Amino acid sequence: MLKIAKERLNELYAKISETMGLFIPVNYAGEVNYKVWKEGAEVSLETLKTVKSPKNMFFPQTENMMKFKTEGKNIEIIDVRKDYKEEKPFVLFGVKACDYKAIEVLDKVFLAEPVDTYYQSRREATTIVTLACSKPEESCFCGVFGIDATAPQGDVTTWLDGEYLYWQANTEKGEALTALITALTEEGGEETVAGQRETTKAVLENLPFAKLDLSRFTPENLNDLFEAKEWEEMSEACLGCGTCTFVCPTCQCFDIRDFKTNEGVIRYRCWDSCMYSDFTLMAHGNSRTTQMQRFRQRFMHKLVYYPSQNDGLYSCVGCGRCVNKCPQRLNIVKVVKTLGGKKDD
Amino acid sequence: MKDVELKMLERAKALLESGEVARVIGWKKGDFCHDPSPASFESVEELDSFVYDYFCGANLSKYLIQMSKKEGKTAVFLKPCDSYSFNQLVKEHRIKRENVYVIAVECLGKLDIEKIKAKGVSFVTGVEVQDKEVKVTTPYGEEVLSKPDVVLTKCATCNKTHQVKDEEIILHERPERDVNRFEEVEKLEAMTEDERFAYWRAQLSKCIRCNACRNVCPACSCVKCVFDNPASGIAAKANDDKFEEQLFHIIRAFHVAGRCTDCGECSRVCPQNIPLHLLNRKFIKDIDGLYGEYQAGETDEGKTPLTSYTEGDAEPNDVFKGEAK
Repeated sequence: MLKIAKERLNELYAKISETMGLFIPVNYAGEVNYKVWKEGAEVSLETLKTVKSPKNMFFPQTENMMKFKTEGKNIEIIDVRKDYKEEKPFVLFGVKACDYKAIEVLDKVFLAEPVDTYYQSRREATTIVTLACSKPEESCFCGVFGIDATAPQGDVTTWLDGEYLYWQANTEKGEALTALITALTEEGGEETVAGQRETTKAVLENLPFAKLDLSRFTPENLNDLFEAKEWEEMSEACLGCGTCTFVCPTCQCFDIRDFKTNEGVIRYRCWDSCMYSDFTLMAHGNSRTTQMQRFRQRFMHKLVYYPSQNDGLYSCVGCGRCVNKCPQRLNIVKVVKTLGGKKDD
Repeated sequence: MKDVELKMLERAKALLESGEVARVIGWKKGDFCHDPSPASFESVEELDSFVYDYFCGANLSKYLIQMSKKEGKTAVFLKPCDSYSFNQLVKEHRIKRENVYVIAVECLGKLDIEKIKAKGVSFVTGVEVQDKEVKVTTPYGEEVLSKPDVVLTKCATCNKTHQVKDEEIILHERPERDVNRFEEVEKLEAMTEDERFAYWRAQLSKCIRCNACRNVCPACSCVKCVFDNPASGIAAKANDDKFEEQLFHIIRAFHVAGRCTDCGECSRVCPQNIPLHLLNRKFIKDIDGLYGEYQAGETDEGKTPLTSYTEGDAEPNDVFKGEAK
């Protein structure tokens, strides 16, 4: 275990930024989100939950996929894909355990055949430095999904304690990053981290949502859950906005559209939300016509459909962003409690 | 507040039991003391989860667009600020007034859990409000916070009173306060153009285009928003960092100008805490200056400054220069 003095963290960021892009939680205009580090950036590693998760480092909210140039009957297709590994590798710094687990959920979608090469290019070019949680809050429930917030994986795992950032490389990429910053590190010792982990674990075990019961959310119960009459009541106050889906670290749906410019057409993709009325709109119309159906889709996907296709892995990681951010205070926890508590008839 | 809640519950029960109404719109308890959700209650049993407390900030008026079209009458609890939205929606023929029974309910300002957490107080299990103090209970003990620091932004400068009621439940009067809701707008007006541009550029760059502001807004009641309609040619889901894209908020503020009642829901729901209400307030302030003081939602009928013409109206040139008459 190595450690870096807190007052030298800016040197660390500057060193990494010399050769790589560094994405890190930055306080900007009053809110903390992942941004490219620049000299003078107000880094906030202490912030437990960035508003947006780091998923848009790999899966940007809006991204151009290709361009078409038309001249008469000729159409030239311009590939705008970048090889980030060659061009500019980057470091994603300060990722919490829940958000790291969320990347695993996304990988199963984007890296499965046929591989999403846009996502893959960024993913391979990234070294992920995770940061253990020491002050979980009441909306956190990552433990329910078997996540240990005190020891996230990643290429490097770090712990912030007292005057130091403790540093442990886990992979080859992590070792390479460690070699780059070796002038800033010193021997760390294990006790501080072990102590912090123990204290945090005690807090985690007693969180209000620590005992959420997911046992009813299995493929066998798909029909019963789908038909549950409670969906109507649970979704009644839903505004149909996309807040929950856009702050969610595992929501992965996107739309692809063309944008006409003077020089031709740009084909782009952007995040979509199953809460929106034109989500999955097809030529024949829309398969889900009410907000209740859209609401149900979101939670059935996270708790039943996705796990049934991915060896039981839920596509919720308990980050609690939807708990904090839903304008009308609807969220996955309320769904789990309402449907999960019901015994099979 | 508990006494008010009990009184409300009593009335809700009576209205449902007698069959006078088919449903009651209010708030139901959440998992914590600070996360109630808007809800409709159709039976006395369902009222078990009814709640009215310092976290019931959500405006219920917009739900009545749907609810007032259902069979049977709908009773609704409206706070002073909600009552303006209600009137405005009736005026726009979006709510069927005859199908709604309005119970005006007192409000002494609602609390913002995010602001409480920002003070370093988490795991809140209860709050007690006394005058200008908020006593917060947590497993680690009690904290006393200053109420003006932790109320919802929309409540900080509110002096609104009920504009519509079929009956009222008001057990504690809220005294009229000496507050200026245009203070923040005036600060922005005092900036140079470059400073103001930089301010909005920074704020709007946080937008994630989740549309929570639009969807919660009682003035945004189009059945199908142009931005959701693929056939409109301007459907926009992309969140572009270019300022042109961020004009969405400014255009939306223009679109609701003259109809916005300043209910402040846009800023309450913004996940990035963009002070969207300041755009609306700027327009309200300008309308006041150009056409004389006007408050949307004060009545449910009559002409409005931007939809009627008088010879004394401001000249386009005055508007362009942003000058008041």
